[in-house]
Amino acid sequence: MQRLRVRYAKRGRLRFTSHRDISRAVERAVRRAGIPVAFSAGFSPHPKISYAGAAPTGVASEAEYLEIGVTTPCDPEQIRSGLDASLPPGLDVLDVVEAGQGGLADRLEVSDWEVRLPGADRELAEVAAEKFLAAGTVEVERLTKKGPRRFDAREAVLGLTVSEGTDRIAAQVPGGPCVILRMVVRHMTPAVRPDDVLTGLRLVADFAPPVPPEVTRLAQGPLDASTGALADPLDLDRDKTRGGEAGPAGEHVAG
Amino acid sequence: MPVESIFPRLEALLPKVQKPIQYVGGELNSTVKDWDTADVRWALMYPDAYEVGLPNQGVAILYEILNELPATLAERTYAVWPDLEALMRAEGVPQFTVDAHRPVRAFDVLGVSFSTELGYTNMLTALDLAGIPLHAVDRGEDDPIVLAGGHAAFNPEPIADFLDAAVLGDGEQIAIAVTEVIREWKAEGRPGGRDELLMRLAESGGVYVPKFYDVDYHPDGRIQRVAPNRADVPWRVHKHTVMDLDEWPYPKKPLVPLAETVHERFSVEIFRGCTRGCRFCQAGMITRPVRERSITTIGAMVENGIKESGFNEVGLLSLSSADHSEIGDVAKGLADRYEGTNTSLSLPSTRVDAFNIDLANEFSRNGRRSGLTFAPEGGSERMRKVINKMVTEEDLIRTVTTAYSQGWRQVKLYFMCGLPTETDEDVLGIADLAKKVIKAGREATGSRDIRCTVSIGGFVPKPHTPFQWAGQADHETVDRRLRALRDALRSDKAYGRAIGYRYHDGKPSIVEGLLSRGDRRVGAVIRAVWEDGGRFDGWSEHFSYERWMAAAEKAGVDVDWYTTREREENEVLPWDHLDAGLDREWLWQDWQEAVSGGEVEDCRWTPCYDCGVCPTMGTEIQIGPTGRKLLPLTVV
Repeated sequence: MQRLRVRYAKRGRLRFTSHRDISRAVERAVRRAGIPVAFSAGFSPHPKISYAGAAPTGVASEAEYLEIGVTTPCDPEQIRSGLDASLPPGLDVLDVVEAGQGGLADRLEVSDWEVRLPGADRELAEVAAEKFLAAGTVEVERLTKKGPRRFDAREAVLGLTVSEGTDRIAAQVPGGPCVILRMVVRHMTPAVRPDDVLTGLRLVADFAPPVPPEVTRLAQGPLDASTGALADPLDLDRDKTRGGEAGPAGEHVAG
Repeated sequence: MPVESIFPRLEALLPKVQKPIQYVGGELNSTVKDWDTADVRWALMYPDAYEVGLPNQGVAILYEILNELPATLAERTYAVWPDLEALMRAEGVPQFTVDAHRPVRAFDVLGVSFSTELGYTNMLTALDLAGIPLHAVDRGEDDPIVLAGGHAAFNPEPIADFLDAAVLGDGEQIAIAVTEVIREWKAEGRPGGRDELLMRLAESGGVYVPKFYDVDYHPDGRIQRVAPNRADVPWRVHKHTVMDLDEWPYPKKPLVPLAETVHERFSVEIFRGCTRGCRFCQAGMITRPVRERSITTIGAMVENGIKESGFNEVGLLSLSSADHSEIGDVAKGLADRYEGTNTSLSLPSTRVDAFNIDLANEFSRNGRRSGLTFAPEGGSERMRKVINKMVTEEDLIRTVTTAYSQGWRQVKLYFMCGLPTETDEDVLGIADLAKKVIKAGREATGSRDIRCTVSIGGFVPKPHTPFQWAGQADHETVDRRLRALRDALRSDKAYGRAIGYRYHDGKPSIVEGLLSRGDRRVGAVIRAVWEDGGRFDGWSEHFSYERWMAAAEKAGVDVDWYTTREREENEVLPWDHLDAGLDREWLWQDWQEAVSGGEVEDCRWTPCYDCGVCPTMGTEIQIGPTGRKLLPLTVV
């Protein structure tokens, strides 16, 4: 069975899709596109589509990944265009490769997040980021399905920078300044999400944005040990001769 | 002048609400047109949550038909949950359509499709959020025409004050006709304003405009008469019937939601109407006569629908799907065609009949034989005669035993409680029946691994049915019988665990009864309930019986008078001026026969019994067989 690895984006208003919504949409798109998806055996056959590291509901992403098992070999570029045409606009297929050695999920070690904060104060944000990075640990609490859970939000954060831009959604503060946080966060258990880092910023420096943040995952993948940069997790599949080594770091930021 | 999207303002609220995806639109096959390319614009509302409203066939069909018309656009709007409603009020965000997020007040028509009366309070929320005055008399030139349709519109009197107009019956053709009346009136420069537009609609005889009718009452509260208050307004308004469903093969472009909805499948209506004559069934009375889609159109619609949607389930809908004259060939043809594609087929609404097991077997060739559902409705043979649901205990046991022995493990049986003339014994008969079903099933299969679930709800007498005169059972009686049935089912250890029991308590049925057979005076109750926070009355977690009773008392409305009171033959009923085609004398006669246990056959196979519909409406039964077969297709 051939396996195809797919990078897709979740953009604009479709960032409000949940993981389950996306999984239904992908199953239907696969059928519409006529992709010869493999099914599991048994009483209730399911299409062989698996997901790695899905972004939370409400968070946009330029780098989501899934894997499809197909019964007959397919051309990755045809699958890319066919699947993209069959998904609603906003769920956009960016890249498809034939799977090589090694699991995809294992390669998704780190995420690069962009957090837009319309109406927030840049200086306060910078102070908060400095304090956060200077701290050894920052204990935050999040409400999970099993109740409140406390964990350290600091250790996972490999980088945190502050810049400025314009507010994309023109929400309550139309045209106002927009602080942009970029955070590079290691995937850990429990997962540290951008909103946990924001909680951390509030705890260390009382930094609280006035409106809900607009969060986008720009990239996720393995961390290049030599350069410290985020690599494209599909490069390993593209370049099978390199085996399990990390590919060269590149520019993966889109949108 | 283009109308601005409210989406940027809505978007800022979405991170704070549950399931925000339901408000963003962007469904596959949805349509967004430029505002300025259309001169007639419809907002279509299903007055319940998106997850219930999106799969609704009525709205989906009209959405497609209207968007196919030149210079016409249609968008959809649904009830927003209270969490978003509160934020919209705080931020001044109006009721919006999910397609282009335009404010509902900017449209020419707000069409609301009522499958059930329990959506009335949600309509008020939408009107209020839209900035449209709740009462039709307070609306001005800039407000849309608020137009009701759907089964509940066959008695729109309880919401008459909030409506500008209502239409009865099939919506396809009348929606187009209304569009053209509006287009012409706008092109002429809107002569006579809103009033003349409504007058033009009313004169046609196909649109009910409540304000052109006055209702007079007797001192005792009964209606004395309902009469037009202007010349040229007809005394009666007639329902619409689409003939030849093959000419209307919608939906062609099924909406595929991103959010999870209650029906995740592509549905094809295989016929409209039903003449089985079940006396409790409003749908069966008001959708006559039976009009089948041909086997070939069904086949083409299923093929197209799967291709366009990517759904992996197909539902063959109708009021009694196994009654299609070529259902056997449809089932076999579709099962052949989709074998090995992981496409499942379902046939809701089947009667108790061994033939239906064969159909179910065709539909479950890939080995999934989990559950079958039958609806005997009445617990005793006597009760089933009263409601004209002709199935004997022997039939039922034989059918269910066949199902078990062919590998089905679970059988669901639907019943009603509170039917006319019902006694405690009739309801307790359900327990006996369920035990016999399990006993026979165990004997037939030699296995104890079979289950039967009894599902039961309160009966609500509906307008335009033989039971429109009946007194509804009070909720104390219904609840007492439901408890007694539960005890009877559980008392017997040998069967208790094999029988599941699901029931709805009697109080919501009383409110549904008030709204179903209410008149214009009930509108004050609906408004008071809404003002007191009443929303989503079809959802048990939102419904409050006490709120409804308090509002009724405040409005001086005697709920018992509207619900549990039996009506006399000559009493003017609130919906008598609305014509479903049924002959009133026939309905009364059928009501009398119900009480004496007389049965009526199906007019598809026996001579016409003069229910009145075909001659009044100029319609006729349209059924097969066509003799054609479904050809195998190469399925992508």
